[in-house]
Amino acid sequence: MRSTRTIDISTGLFVLLGFAAILFMVTQITNREFSLTSDSYRLKASFENIGGLKPGAPVSMAGVTVGRVEDITYDMKLLKALVTLRIDGRYNAIPNDSDASIFTAGLLGGQYVALSPGGSEEAFKNGDQVEFVQDAVVLENLISKYLFDSAAKKSEAAPASAPAPAAQE
Amino acid sequence: MTILRELLQSFLTFLERVGLLARFALQLLVITPAGLLRVRPIIEQVYNTGALSLVIIMTCGLFVGMVLGLQGYDLLTRFGSEEYLGTATAISLLRELGPVVTALLFAGRAGTALAAELGLMRATDQIAAMEIMAVDPMRRVVLPRFLGGVIAMPLLVSIFVVVGLFGAQLVGVEFFGVDSGSFWSQMRSSVELSDVREGLIKGVVFGIACSLIAVYEGYNALPTAEGVGRATTRTVVISAVVTLILDYILTALML
Repeated sequence: MRSTRTIDISTGLFVLLGFAAILFMVTQITNREFSLTSDSYRLKASFENIGGLKPGAPVSMAGVTVGRVEDITYDMKLLKALVTLRIDGRYNAIPNDSDASIFTAGLLGGQYVALSPGGSEEAFKNGDQVEFVQDAVVLENLISKYLFDSAAKKSEAAPASAPAPAAQE
Repeated sequence: MTILRELLQSFLTFLERVGLLARFALQLLVITPAGLLRVRPIIEQVYNTGALSLVIIMTCGLFVGMVLGLQGYDLLTRFGSEEYLGTATAISLLRELGPVVTALLFAGRAGTALAAELGLMRATDQIAAMEIMAVDPMRRVVLPRFLGGVIAMPLLVSIFVVVGLFGAQLVGVEFFGVDSGSFWSQMRSSVELSDVREGLIKGVVFGIACSLIAVYEGYNALPTAEGVGRATTRTVVISAVVTLILDYILTALML
């Protein structure tokens, strides 16, 4: 058995190293650039379609994260998705006619809410509703729209040529 | 017919062992609050299980991280997204590889030491001698070893993860030239605090499971040379299997 002093020193070293590692994991690896402070406030926004937006997704203005999506529910009265945004207290002067859009970060990235500032003098207050919204772009809708548009163009073009065989009768 | 009876017998033995282990765990739980006050023996056991495992944990962490860096780089370059190497290694280390590999190493390094020590105490009648002197061997011998393992395990997991990340950084950034800024910033933007929490919770649970199995097997070893050997083997095997089963359950719970 080694002397108790050696044991104490190496145990202390081990425990310190362990806690240093935990500290490193918490501060250096995780996303701590943005942590919500207690003076944050909530905004609400109703979307027709939120695509793949998830609670915890960032809310950004000009690419800077200013908040998080706190909660997503379906509003049975409006028949829309009700998204609750939690905005950090530092950003308390966002014009109250700003609009919210759901975008996708990169090609494979997750979806986020982008706020673009309006021109109003008044700022958003806690519990305010974001009036101007733009829904998530759903790839399937785009494709089907494109397909139907081209089909419609064809059928527009078709009547012009259709009378020709009819005239032969 | 005899086969059926044998199967029934072995099933009953299995149930008996589970029951005994549960009783043993309950006994430990009851005396834990009082045992926590006796700091000295716990420190000694943290040294035994934790500080002495440090070298092997750090070496293995480094190499696991380096392999992740190598494999991840090879896979991610196919999609032209090497900058996600940091994210990929950090998440796989934090959530899975860190806790699981540390638990397996812990069972091999510290668990066997605990089981062999307790088994030898049993075989050389030291435990019986304590009982004769009205010293409770559960309090005196078993509990500090169990608590030491439980305390050491999450710390070992954290050290493993951090060393592994630097291993991945070594391979990805230094050898293959992934941009060091994007390596760390991509990691930072997509690793959540909940990933760290998941890793630490797994570390604590695996620590409890592996330490419990080690002290149980050692304490209840047959008092022969063969019995001690068998207890050591069983410690490693059961710890490994239980760790992997628990890992699935915990992952399913926390996903």
